[in-house]
Amino acid sequence: MAECGGLHSSTSRHTMDKSITLPPDEIFRNLENAKRFAIDIGGSLTKLAYYSTVQHKVAKVRSFDHTAKEATGDELYEISVQEEVTARLHFIKFENAYIETCLDFVKDHLVNTDTKVIKATGGGAHKFKELIERKLGLRVDKEDEMTCLIKGCNFVLRNIPHEAFVYAKHADSEFRFQTTQPDIFPYLLVNIGSGVSIVKVESEDKFERIGGSSIGGGTFWGLGALLTKTKRFDELLQLASKGQHTSVDMLVKDIYGGSYGSLGLTGDLIASSFGKSATADKGFSKEDMAKSLLHMISNDIGQLACLYAKLHNLSQVYFGGFFIRGHPVTMHTITYSINFFTKGEVQALFLRHEGYLGAIGAFLKGAEEDNPNQYSWGENYAGSSGLMSVSPDMNPMQRARSGTFDMLEMDRLERKLVNLPLLQDASSYIPDTVDLAEDALAREYWLYCFEEALDGVVKRALASQPDMPEAAERAEKFRQKYRHKLQTLRHQPFAYGSLTVRSLLDTREHCLNEFNFPDPYSKIKQRENDTALKYYQKAVKSLEELSWEERQFALVRGVLAGNVFDWGAKAVSDVLESDPEFGFEQAKRQLEERPWLVDTYDQWFERLKGPPHKCALFFVDNSGVDIILGVMPFVRELLSRGTEVVLASNSSPALNDVTNGELQILTESIAALDPVIQAALTEDRLTLVQSGSSSPCLDLSRLDKVLAMVVRERKTDLVIIEGMGRAIHTNYYAMLSCESLKMAVIKNSWLADRLGGKLFSVVFKYEVPAAGPDSPALTPS
Amino acid sequence: MAFNGHQREDENIDGDETPTKQPRSDKEMPDNEAAAPAGSDTSDRRTSNSTARLRSDSVKKTRPPFPWFGMDIGGTLVKLVYFEPKDITAEEEQEEVENLKSIRRYLTSNTAYGKTGIRDVHLELKDLTLCGRTGNLHFIRFPTHDLPAFLQMGRNKHFSSLHTTLCATGGGAYKFESDFRTMADLQLHKLDELDCLIRGVLYIDSVVSSGPSECYYFENPTDPDRCIQKPYTLENPYPLLLVNIGSGVSILAVYSESNYKRVTGTSLGGGTFLGLCCLLTGCSTFEEAIEMASQGESTRVDKLVQDIYGGNYERFGLPGWAVASSFGNMMSKDKRESVSKEDLARATLVTITNNIGSITRMCALNENIERVVFVGNFLRVNTLSMKLLAYAMDYWSKGQLKALFLQHEGYFGAVGALLELLHPS
Repeated sequence: MAECGGLHSSTSRHTMDKSITLPPDEIFRNLENAKRFAIDIGGSLTKLAYYSTVQHKVAKVRSFDHTAKEATGDELYEISVQEEVTARLHFIKFENAYIETCLDFVKDHLVNTDTKVIKATGGGAHKFKELIERKLGLRVDKEDEMTCLIKGCNFVLRNIPHEAFVYAKHADSEFRFQTTQPDIFPYLLVNIGSGVSIVKVESEDKFERIGGSSIGGGTFWGLGALLTKTKRFDELLQLASKGQHTSVDMLVKDIYGGSYGSLGLTGDLIASSFGKSATADKGFSKEDMAKSLLHMISNDIGQLACLYAKLHNLSQVYFGGFFIRGHPVTMHTITYSINFFTKGEVQALFLRHEGYLGAIGAFLKGAEEDNPNQYSWGENYAGSSGLMSVSPDMNPMQRARSGTFDMLEMDRLERKLVNLPLLQDASSYIPDTVDLAEDALAREYWLYCFEEALDGVVKRALASQPDMPEAAERAEKFRQKYRHKLQTLRHQPFAYGSLTVRSLLDTREHCLNEFNFPDPYSKIKQRENDTALKYYQKAVKSLEELSWEERQFALVRGVLAGNVFDWGAKAVSDVLESDPEFGFEQAKRQLEERPWLVDTYDQWFERLKGPPHKCALFFVDNSGVDIILGVMPFVRELLSRGTEVVLASNSSPALNDVTNGELQILTESIAALDPVIQAALTEDRLTLVQSGSSSPCLDLSRLDKVLAMVVRERKTDLVIIEGMGRAIHTNYYAMLSCESLKMAVIKNSWLADRLGGKLFSVVFKYEVPAAGPDSPALTPS
Repeated sequence: MAFNGHQREDENIDGDETPTKQPRSDKEMPDNEAAAPAGSDTSDRRTSNSTARLRSDSVKKTRPPFPWFGMDIGGTLVKLVYFEPKDITAEEEQEEVENLKSIRRYLTSNTAYGKTGIRDVHLELKDLTLCGRTGNLHFIRFPTHDLPAFLQMGRNKHFSSLHTTLCATGGGAYKFESDFRTMADLQLHKLDELDCLIRGVLYIDSVVSSGPSECYYFENPTDPDRCIQKPYTLENPYPLLLVNIGSGVSILAVYSESNYKRVTGTSLGGGTFLGLCCLLTGCSTFEEAIEMASQGESTRVDKLVQDIYGGNYERFGLPGWAVASSFGNMMSKDKRESVSKEDLARATLVTITNNIGSITRMCALNENIERVVFVGNFLRVNTLSMKLLAYAMDYWSKGQLKALFLQHEGYFGAVGALLELLHPS
């Protein structure tokens, strides 16, 4: 059975704690515009969900009309900060004891809502129905619990990368996050509430309860309370984590003296749970009994789950319910059981947002007319608490407190995100090169690095809004928020799924946006773009004077030298800060001489002697010198060869990366100076698309749908990825089904050291997929 | 030659003969089985019924000396079967050594041994012909923790002087092998428990002809008023799922006497029932626990579907009376204080029994088998569990699965061990 409804009886005597004061900046945010409420009331926790619109500032660029008078200087474009409204989902989890306080708070802050109904699910929904209706003045509309659970599960699996994880108690990183599969169905959901429900999910709307068991969380709790006189579920788990089950259980070796060899049953296997307690004249410790009970129940559930998985031929098995809910102890015993019964063929999977599934599902039921499933959603790292470790070693009271208000916020993305069609195997694609959760040394370094860089970011953010007096206060709030996130990640690297350089960067961007610093680098980008553009024609001219061979190499060097200009890298930003005149030529001199750290230039050069590519997709990196003097000449050469080019840039700002908006203006300006670019634009051989991303890194499994369409239509046969964030921190090992070129300069000495190079080492990685019928053969010279 | 009441000289001959059938380490077993499964089976059966003189001679030659025991040393109980020859001739009587006679008299004239040994008189099989001898088969049990007392008795009665082969199965045959040697000077012939179990089941079912049918089922299991025990004929038994509920549970898929596999098992078995009952109620014996359970009400302890949904959970076809959470009501302090020991015993019994039923049903589906035979001492004096299992199989499979039970519940392993003594496979 799925219901947690059985639990409220035991918590009913908790007194309503009204003394708690709620920090409105942090929880129940954006209530002013909230609509579409849903609530999931479990045995001990309430989950409230609502949809709201968030108004925040976005940086926009607009081209000056140079014929008109408004052009004040040499600037190409003006930057304006505008208000934008985006949709956000809020989920807040708190103890049932605070429900009344929370409902009051919600009522007080609810301003513009025409909502009449609140969707409700969970066993406690019935009990609190009257209270909710009275406090909020909304009609409670009850939804089937299992339907909500499955809807919520589908939603998180589809929208949150690294939602599912495997638990490995003794591994370096306990949580091993799974790559999101392109197709999440079919799967088995084993929900362990007071009883167990086993549900087979075949599609968005098709699921079936194929079985269950009455031996579940309620059995552990109820029987445990009888045996140990311990009342709380958490305390029972804590007891269990300290006990020795072998004093209570009869093991195979207790019967056989050793193993039962012919059946392959080892001596330590439990032959009979509680088999040794069948005596009146012996006492057993609470810890030992609790441990034995935990094993008995976990093994039993695991066994049934395996039998059902086998019968229905399913290999994706997710576990949820209050018995699991982030408890390392139960995740471990369930994992152990599944491994034992399937001999490792099936892995037990757990979900990061398992506790929210019912609330998410209930919300989705009520929001069907908004078609939430038509959009892509992204977890907002700034507003979400992340997965908390509920280590049994912590004081249970403390734990209850720290878990009092847990939040999940999800932003509706403007665009539907899809896989790059050119990924060799979308199901095994992992964007990130290093998992910092598993690599303790790397984790330490990068956390330190981001903390060190924080002052600079704050300073930059302030500088971007000189006319706003309250900016200082917001900047300080940003600093605190991001520092807090870093501290959380230091202790719980698994909080937001795999910890990676990308997630650290993205978290920073989310935090900046949260405090209305949409584009701290806007002015720097503007200045650098203006400057670089002045040198464009000269650069093109000097390239044209070279022989074909020389030019090909010079173009690559140009891209690499341009890529040195990166405010995201400390080594470079220090230089740029102290020497604003630091130029393209100086950057070229900084570059490593060939042979580079990774050097397949010769193969690339040979390839260029062959027929032109049909179409190249170029993921660009920084503004200024990088895009204008490095990338554009390279693109120009490709166009001249007869290759169409698609330039993919960020949809929204991240560091000094060029955004799609900026690139539009830049390209037009360049076109005005360069007939080759002009012609390509006119003839639609040069196209600009947005990547759908606002990260300095690149996840090829979450790209704008339009980009994917263009890539397909143009029969793209070359993918170029530039820069450290996109080609080294991510995608270094990405396998594509067409030719690919990854170019980056390593602007971080620690990383350079790791890779066996030094500062400003060059990665030039040209790859051709293993020979298939479509892959072009290299033309011999 | 190898008569039952042999003299010293005979023993030497006996000693020369037995090795050919005895040295059978576990590793050799599969070969033996694969070599002659069907053949040896039929010839065994025929010899036991044969009266031809020639055969009789050959039977005499291979017949082991008395006493004939089969033993199954489980985690909780030791099961002992003893064949008491009733066709002893005057000549034999005279030759019979005193120690043997004393053992025979002790076992057959008592129904209880020491504080805990019990002979299940109602199970005794009379006038059984085994290996050309006619007699009664006795079924005796005592707790495994009293094995030392048993060994002491064996020592006092000079059991070792009889130089019999003691065929034993169950984990205890391995665990206590050295105790048998050191304490009672007895050499065990160890046998695989699942081999013995299957052999025992098939044999007992084939020889029981008079009295209540060995195999039975419950008619109308879903209707308590019309639910009655009915005999069942286990001809063409294959394939069948054999569920042995001892301290733990083993589930076997049996395709023929020698072709079977252990599908799975669970640690939630009879030992769990008794272990939890002892902790929850302070009882100390299985009989007490069962007695308490029969007087209790599990619905006070368990949370039912109707406790949560007010009735059936229609969307998933769950009836209101189904248990949603075993011991689920015990999450509440008030309810913990209001239940009786009997209620707790009953809930424990129902929980364990339903769980076994549930796992069994899944195995039956996965193995595509429709007949399930439940054996093991958990079912002794436990009609409650048998009816529950019968009900669960029938209800959840919509009548597809049939639950079968056997009169000699927990003794099949021991019978199999005895058969191994008489007809080595």
